[in-house]
Amino acid sequence: MTAMVKAEGVHKSFGPVEVLKGIDLEVNTGEVFCLIGPSGSGKSTFLRCINHLEKINAGRLYVDGELVGYRQKGDKLYEMKDSEVAVKRRDIGMVFQRFNLFPHMTALENIIEAPVQVKGVSKAQARERAGQLLERVGLADKAGTYPSQLSGGQQQRVAIARALAMDPKLMLFDEPTSALDPELVGDVLDVMRDLAESGMTMIVVTHEMGFAREVGDSLVFMDGGVVVESGHPRDVLTDPQHERTKSFLSKVL
Amino acid sequence: MTVDVNKTDGPADPTPPAGPEAIKAIPVRHPWRYVSAVIALALLGAVVYAFAQGEINWGAIPDYFFDDRIIDGVLKTLLLTVLSMVIGIAGGVLLAVMRLSKNPVTSSIAWFYIWFFRGTPVLVQLFVWFNLGLVFEYINLGPIYKDYWSSFMTPLLTALLGLGLNEAAYMAEICRAGLLSVDEGQTEASHALGMSHTKTLRRIVIPQAMRVIVPPTGNEVINMLKTTSLVSAVQFFDLFKEAQDIGQNAGSTVEMYFLAAAWYLIMTSVLSVGQYYIERYYARGSSRTLPDTPFQKIKANMLSLTNRPAAGGGA
Repeated sequence: MTAMVKAEGVHKSFGPVEVLKGIDLEVNTGEVFCLIGPSGSGKSTFLRCINHLEKINAGRLYVDGELVGYRQKGDKLYEMKDSEVAVKRRDIGMVFQRFNLFPHMTALENIIEAPVQVKGVSKAQARERAGQLLERVGLADKAGTYPSQLSGGQQQRVAIARALAMDPKLMLFDEPTSALDPELVGDVLDVMRDLAESGMTMIVVTHEMGFAREVGDSLVFMDGGVVVESGHPRDVLTDPQHERTKSFLSKVL
Repeated sequence: MTVDVNKTDGPADPTPPAGPEAIKAIPVRHPWRYVSAVIALALLGAVVYAFAQGEINWGAIPDYFFDDRIIDGVLKTLLLTVLSMVIGIAGGVLLAVMRLSKNPVTSSIAWFYIWFFRGTPVLVQLFVWFNLGLVFEYINLGPIYKDYWSSFMTPLLTALLGLGLNEAAYMAEICRAGLLSVDEGQTEASHALGMSHTKTLRRIVIPQAMRVIVPPTGNEVINMLKTTSLVSAVQFFDLFKEAQDIGQNAGSTVEMYFLAAAWYLIMTSVLSVGQYYIERYYARGSSRTLPDTPFQKIKANMLSLTNRPAAGGGA
């Protein structure tokens, strides 16, 4: 197995506050990688570093064997231009906690926007694909609906379809169910489970321990900007080794 | 007759309704509404009477209403409004983007521009443009163009520069507020999909900012239409200047001012209706039901007037 994402001593500070204090981890191709931890532990920040929405201050971060945000020539690092970063981001889908659908576009328009504008796919082709994706997330009848007319769960499923429309090789989920009513969480998790079964590499920041245990291949518990414990979800969740993990799990399980 | 203690309880109809029967209560009386209506009508009558008493030759207004010079002035006023707003909006967008840019030089220049043009009266600016010939004798654009400043700076160009550049400063602030009103998550989502800065701005941010930008811009257009009357001071023959000229020659100064006012009112009314439809267009996706069109509103008001119970006074 090859590593889709590799982090070596990743540091990130916002001003004087150090949020990531040296993260080392590897995400293999095709696996579902879950990140758990208390809020403020840096897990969302780490996720945002992977597609360079945040710039890292130290360490190295690789996606599919290539440095994120920089080019290395000899022993010198060159910052990438915005346009180069944009090209890299095409292959990395991201799903946000607050959906971030484009409110002035219908569900279908949301999905075809990036393929048409970024990849130059023809509108007819993009529409056809969008139709298939909407069907896959169970919203075939909502193509012409604006986001404000959809429930949170439906919006999140459209957001997943929007990310998939770019045919990414890696999907990042930033607490995808945290802003949803409890009864709507299941629909979104079903879509994610289906996606995992299709072999997509997924990094999921989540508080859904059930999902992590059932679908996850690896799990990392983060706290205070460092990885405290990692392993197979079943092992970590049922038999945590560290005190900090134990006390966290006892509160959320 | 029972004694009327509480006005809200009617003296008549003592039997309380049994079961879920529709309530037939005597509505609350509003005597002060009648009083205020009578006062307002009396004041209005006094104003109308005063004007009817004055020696105003009302007949002159219809005589000149569609006079060739007036129509020409109306068209020039409209042209000036449209062109100045085009300059204002284009300049405003540019200045807003400059102010929001990370480059400290461009953002300070934009700040300075806005500070200057918003801080000085537009009439003063018009005169400055008109009289810059005192500073620059020639305008020299190398091999392309060379002329005396006085023949280069025609009244139209003065008016356009004066009004347009001033408007750009106001539009810049409106555009900046609009761009800042769009949630940062939108930019992030767009970037995460691999869209460039320009595409994000053009396809995602600006269409959403328009919802915030359009209503005040409509106000600016209406304001601009009225402000164009200032250009008569730099010898541009707009509606106001034409009306003034006719009035002075025909000895009906005040009448022609009324005529001009009527034309301005007609034009601003038409613009307000147009603004409504543009706002509806940009409201799509933001609210579950679109607001009524002006005609639908008038219809609804008429219906509610006829259906209103007689208790409501005319205040």
